[in-house]
This record gives sequence, structure tokens and C-alpha cells, in this order.
Amino acid sequence: MAGSDAEKIRLIQSLALEPDADTPRLLDAWREDALYVFQGSAGHPIPVQLTGEKDERDAQVAVVVETGKALNDAHGAPLRLVGSDLTAVEHDAKLRRTMKEVLDTLELAAPDPKKRVDAVQAIGFAQNFEKLPALQVRFSRETNPEVRRAMEEAIALIQLKAPDDVVKLQALGELRGLHTLASFDFVRAALREAEAAKKTAVAKAAAVALSAIEQHKSAVNFFGTIFRGLSLGSILLVVALGLAITFGLMKVINMAHGEMVAVGAYTTYLVQNLFGGGVALSPLGFSLSIPGLQATGWRYDAYFIVALPLSFLSAAVVGIALERTVIRFLYRRPLESLLATWGVSLVLQQAFRLIFGANNVQVYSPAFLSGNWTVNDILFGWNRVFVIGFAGAVVFGTWLILTRTPLGLLIRAVMQNRSMASCMGVRTERVNMLTFGLGSGLAGLAGAFLSQIGNVGPSLGQSYIVDCFMTVVVGGVGNLAGTVISAFGIGLADQSLQQILLNPVLGKILVLVCIILFLQWRPAGIFVTRSRNLDE
Amino acid sequence: MISRTKLGLPFILGAGVLLALVLPLLNAHGVVSDFTLNLWGKYLCYALLAISVDLLWGYTGLLSLGQALFFSLGGYMIGMHLMLMIGDLGVYAQAGKNPHGLPDFMIFLGHTFLPSFWRPFYSFAFSVFMVLALPGLLASIFGYLAFRSRIKGVYFSILTQALTYGAALMFFRNDLLMGGNNGFTDFKRILGHPILSTETQRGLFVATAVALTFVVLGCRWLSGTKFGLVQRAIRDGENRVLFSGYASAHYKLFVFVLSSVIAAIGGALYVPQVGIINPSEMTPDKSLEAVVWVAVGGRGTLIGPVIGAVSVNALKSWATRAFPDLWLIIIGVLFIVVVLFLPGGIVSIPGRLAAFWSRFRKPEPEEQALPETASRNASADPVSRTS
Repeated sequence: MAGSDAEKIRLIQSLALEPDADTPRLLDAWREDALYVFQGSAGHPIPVQLTGEKDERDAQVAVVVETGKALNDAHGAPLRLVGSDLTAVEHDAKLRRTMKEVLDTLELAAPDPKKRVDAVQAIGFAQNFEKLPALQVRFSRETNPEVRRAMEEAIALIQLKAPDDVVKLQALGELRGLHTLASFDFVRAALREAEAAKKTAVAKAAAVALSAIEQHKSAVNFFGTIFRGLSLGSILLVVALGLAITFGLMKVINMAHGEMVAVGAYTTYLVQNLFGGGVALSPLGFSLSIPGLQATGWRYDAYFIVALPLSFLSAAVVGIALERTVIRFLYRRPLESLLATWGVSLVLQQAFRLIFGANNVQVYSPAFLSGNWTVNDILFGWNRVFVIGFAGAVVFGTWLILTRTPLGLLIRAVMQNRSMASCMGVRTERVNMLTFGLGSGLAGLAGAFLSQIGNVGPSLGQSYIVDCFMTVVVGGVGNLAGTVISAFGIGLADQSLQQILLNPVLGKILVLVCIILFLQWRPAGIFVTRSRNLDE
Repeated sequence: MISRTKLGLPFILGAGVLLALVLPLLNAHGVVSDFTLNLWGKYLCYALLAISVDLLWGYTGLLSLGQALFFSLGGYMIGMHLMLMIGDLGVYAQAGKNPHGLPDFMIFLGHTFLPSFWRPFYSFAFSVFMVLALPGLLASIFGYLAFRSRIKGVYFSILTQALTYGAALMFFRNDLLMGGNNGFTDFKRILGHPILSTETQRGLFVATAVALTFVVLGCRWLSGTKFGLVQRAIRDGENRVLFSGYASAHYKLFVFVLSSVIAAIGGALYVPQVGIINPSEMTPDKSLEAVVWVAVGGRGTLIGPVIGAVSVNALKSWATRAFPDLWLIIIGVLFIVVVLFLPGGIVSIPGRLAAFWSRFRKPEPEEQALPETASRNASADPVSRTS
């Protein structure tokens, strides 16, 4: 580690060709002034690193770089040295640059394929011609297909800078085949360059490659939009499904529906904390703390499986309590149920604030729901895939309950004609209660669900309530299939308008306008429940 | 029939004189503080909003959740004029960086010229015209679409709610050039007078009280005409009205536009007194709040909304100070209790008490008649009819 600067650079560069597990660590230390020279007793310098806890003198244990063992003093006890007393190994800008390059190249051989991809991409985007040989050597040895693809791209990108037109043409052909989104800007730059230099063949190839990438890009956007639209539609569907029962079937305008969703979300939060570190709440000055199970790993992740039924139950219990105390007096006065339940929603929101605090609480997604799945550059978030699947399951379950169980039969009978059902001996009070409980429970499930996607706070439900009512109204009141169609329709329309207008708020406003116009055409929604009653 | 038991003309005029003359005079002599007068000015503006809700809901059976939108649209129109009247008193103008007389927020957004749709608002008369015209126009378009396709009941409520929600989203955006999130504030002058001075505020209070008196008188007159009769008939049985050959959609459209204009007048008087207007005033929640004032006061009456707006807001002012943590719960429980146990609102309390007293006074012979009086009371109450 001595000699002239040129020799140092040559030595460092040679490190790139013989990778060693310690090299990146040591080079990093050197660049960050953490590599010191200790003048040993024999007079020759010993390169050391300082590690371990600092003591009161700021001294640390010194580790000899070559052996990896602690440096001992004459008595054999570990020597403690202070960093500021030692001279750091010198380096200048040129050396640092060389070290950085070597580190980049070394990353190519990193055992983790993801790290390798990152390193390859960094090199490709830098379009540094000098890195080409190293990259090609690694390419011949690489086996992971993902890394190989990244390497092909990086090599082609570097070759775009090649002086030779033949190489350039070949690179463009390669890029056209790969059509990665990241190469778009580089190909465009190459196109401009070729046009400026009047190289028609290259310019033509670049234009072809560019259009291939653009095509791919629009396809990715298209499918991405559809996917996001489906997942937004599923969210709407799950949240609106409960409302389709309480509002659609029971004709109760439940403004507290959003708060039922929040009850489910907070239940998920509680269950999560019970599995983890415990809960400490302080409602109205009382403090209440429950110890948690301190679970980790998959046991901790299992909290979500437990939280799903519990959030259903808790919201159903709150809903049944609400039905017994307030709503059962209002079945004949739907517009007034709107006012009373709005009062309930204010009370519940404030209760959430008092119990859980005015700020959002943190709900962590279990490992099996976080993460992505990228297919052909289209990003599928696991939680969103799960949302879609779950929505399907919930709709199917609700359909089963309503059409294939005795309870469902009673529910439909009572909702169609309460007094006639009562005359036939159906205990309508009980059915009302259970139906409202079912609707609220579904809202709770939706809450468990939303906790995986967005924030959980006291006004969680408020952000969905208008959309939900729109979904049910557009679908046709009292019709589950209509709710499904309108939820997906609104979700897709919202996402595609956002994509076209490049503005989420404007898209949302336009969706509202479309809904108002749609109701001009079909005032009773997509599916109309025909009845001879004039007032229905 | 509620309109027959309506307030006597002397009572309305007396209350109007009390509000428009006596209270300001007391304020001028220092008996009533400026703060109280200003607070009451705000309540009276809310009373106008409440009357506009009641005209639709209590008299026509249309529960609109869009009245807060019309209220704030009126406020925004007068607010544009007030913003332009700031002129050389603005922050940027004081620093000499505002050669074209733009409102401060536009300079902050990087605009150099006043957009053309702002120019006419230099004129006070035009602004007042727009206070009436814009909400009226919006209401007639929306009302035409909604009533044409016979959207009624709950659907009408939900659609007006969506309209309000959409408009609020739009006004939250900066590129509408209506002040975005912060809206309009920091007004300086109105018609050449400094807006914060006691005299100006007193004048605004008088204007509000006079406007409210005229609106109440106008509605009283309207409910006595044949139009008012058809209006209430629509509330009680729209199909029968239709089959009798009345184009109920036209009646409803007229009431909708009229009430939107009343709400807008309230908003236009509200903004100079409160000194700020922003999109949070036009959220569906605000509309619901106004509906609750009417429910608490007593719908289907003219005095009910005024009493409701004043009392609920007075309660709110007190509760937010006394129990900052609990006031939402207090208000929420009040709504539930009123809806469940007092569907006629505050104005029905005297009648109920009278019925209650008569039970004690004539115990035995009236036993049979009691349920009947109760039911007569209930049917006089529009609440039990609208389903």
C-alpha cells in the first residue's frame, strides 16, 4: 500500500479482478477515513481499524487489517487507541474515484442477485465505456436470468456510446428486443445525436427501438391502470357491500357506515398490538394497558388472520347496538335515519379520538401482504392482489348467505314487505337486528382491509362514505350484482380518467359528473327492482 | 296544517325591528359588545341557510345536502369583490410588487395578470348580481336534470351530497384561481369602508337582520298562496299532485332555485362578517349541520329554522369552549335525541307541554279523547307524514 499514486491506482484496480469478501469493507473504510496507520514498536507501520465500544477516552480496540485480530501491546493485552491520535490512511480525489469504480465492479459479484441487478443498472445508466470489459466477463459467467437481462440492457446502453456505428446498430436492435422502460431516455438521446450527425441508419434504428419501447410503455400503463382500477373497485365494493345491505335492503341511510368501517380497522390495530408489544390506551384520563403476546415472525403475521373475524364481530356488535337503540325507531322515516345516524357518526368519531388519539395509528401489513410481483414491468402489489381476491370471496359469501340460507330467506322476505312477513310469523324485529348486524359486520371486514392499504384514523370512514353511497345508488338499490358492477365501473373509470387527465382530483370530479349524468339515463341504477308500489 | 298556525305578522315585524334596530342601537351605546353583535350576525346568516333548507325539506319534502354549496358560492362571489378591493393594502402591494392589483394568493402562485373572469368583480353591483345568478344557475341546471328524471327522496339527498363533494374538491384546487385550500381572507374594505371597523360590522348586522326579516316575510307570503299549497301537497303525496295535473317538477325546480338563492344571500352576508371563506365551508358535512339546525328548531315552520340555527350555534360556541373534547359527542347525542323523541323540534315543545298539562287538568272524562288530541297534534306535524 505504498508507492506512487499511479501504482496505488493500479493496485486498487487489480483488486477488482480478484474479489475478496473483505475488499469492499476495507475500501469503504479507507474512503471514510476509518482506516488508520499505527506506528508499531518495530518502526514499521501497521494498518488498523478501530472497532468496538468507545470508552471514556474515546478509545477503541484496534484491529490489525491483515490478520483480523486485535492489536496487542507488549504485555499481550489488547491495545486501546484513540482515532484522533492516529493518522488516517491518505487518499485523494483520484484514488477515491478509483475505489468507487472498483466497488461498483465488485458489487457485480455480490452473492445477492438483487444487489447484482442494482449494480448492473448503475453501470448501464452511467454509460461508462471502461466498464464494458468487466461487465462482459461477468455476463459470460452469470446464470441468474434476471441479472442476465439487466446485463444485456446495460451492455447495450454502454454500446450506444460506442464510436462504431455497427456496434451502435447492434445495441439498438438489442434494446428494441428488450424494450425496457429505463432505456427510453437513452435511446431518445441516441436518436437526437444520430439525427444531429446525419447518420440515417442509426437514426432509423433508434426510432424503431424508441417506438418499440413506447408501445411497451403504453401497454404497461394500460394494464397497470386496469389493475389499479380493479383494486380500487374491489375496495369500493367491499366497503359498499355492507351499505348495499343496510341502505339497499333495509332503506336505512346509515351515515355511520364509515364509522363501522373504522371500528373494523381499529379492531385490526388492537389485535396487531396484542400479538406484538401490547396496547396502552388512555381514554378520558383513565389509562389502560394490556400486555401483548410478543410474537414475532409468522406468528406475528398471523394476527391478520385473527383480526378478520374479530373485526367483523366487533363492527356487527356495534351495529346491532345501534340498531336496537336508534334505528329500529326510524324504519318508517328514512330521511330521519340519515340525521340520527349522522349524530351517531359524530359521537363515534369523537370516541375514536378520545380512545386512540386524534392522529393516525400504524397498522403493519403482514409479510405475506407486503411486497410486489412484477410481471413484464407491471407492478402487482400483493395487498392489492389480495384486495381483489378478498372482495370476490366476500361477495360470494354474502350471496350465499342471502340466497342459500334460511336467514337469507327471512332477510329477503322482511325487506320486501315487513308487515306481510310479520303476519306470516317471522320475527321481524330479530331479522332487522341480524340484517343490520350483517351489514355492519361487512363494513368491519372492509375496515380490516383498508388498514392494510391506507391510514387508520378517526375520520377513516368519512373519506369513503360519499363514494359508497354513489356505488350503491348507481348499482340499483337492493341489488348485489348491481353493486358489484358499479363498484368496478366506478373504480375503472376513476383510474382511467386519472391516467388520461394526469390529475387525480379532476378525474374524481369527472366521475361524479358522469354518475349524475348516468342517473339521468337510468334513475334507478343499473338494475331496477320493479314493483307495483308507486312510491318505491 | 302548520301554515295556519304560522306566526302572526306583528311578531315577525317585532322580532325584525328588535334585531335590526334595537340590538345595533344597544351596541352603539356599549350595552351589547361588538363580539356578541358579530356572533349574532353570524347566527342570522346561518338562519338564512337554515330557512333555505327548511323551504326544501320542511315545505317540499326534498332533503337537499347541497345548501352549504350555495351558501359558500354566494360567499365566494362577494369574496372575489372583497379580494379585489384590498388593492394597495395587500402584502405584495405594500412591498411594491403588485403593479396589476392581483389578489395576493395569485402572485404567490406566480400569476402576473388578473384572469379575465375576475375583472368584472371590481364592480360591487356585478358581484351582488353574481351572488344571486351563479347559485341560481347551478341550481336550475342541477334541479332540471334531477327533477326531470324524477330523482327524489334519498336519491336526491345523495346526489346533492355528491354535487357538494365534487364542488368542494374543485375549490380545493389551486388552479381554479379561487384561492385553493386557504380560500379568501384578510379583507380590508367594503364599499369604501374599512371592513373591520365597528360601524361597518354594525351595518352588516343590520343588513343581515333586514334580509332575514324580508326572507321570512316572503316565505310566509309564499306559503299562503296557491303555490305554497301545491308545494306542501308535493311533500305529502307527490303522485296525487302529479295525477291532478300539476307539473310537480316545475314547482320543485322553482323552490330549489329560490332556496339556493336564499342560501347564497346568507353566504354573501356571512363572508364580510366572518372575514374568511374557504372550501371547508362547502363540504357535505356543513349541509348536514344546517339540516340538523332545522330539525332541532322544527321543520315545516318558519320560525323553527331561525330558532334552531341560533340555538344550536350558540350551544356549539359554548360547548367548544367549555368541553373542547366532548362537544362533538354533546352535539351528536342532541341530534339523536331530537330525531328520536322530538321530531317536531323546539317549536313543538309548547304544544306538547299543553297536551301534557291538559292530561293533568281534566283527568277522567278526557281519557278517551287524549290519544286523539295526540294524534291530531302529530298530524299537524309534517314530520309524521313524510315517510
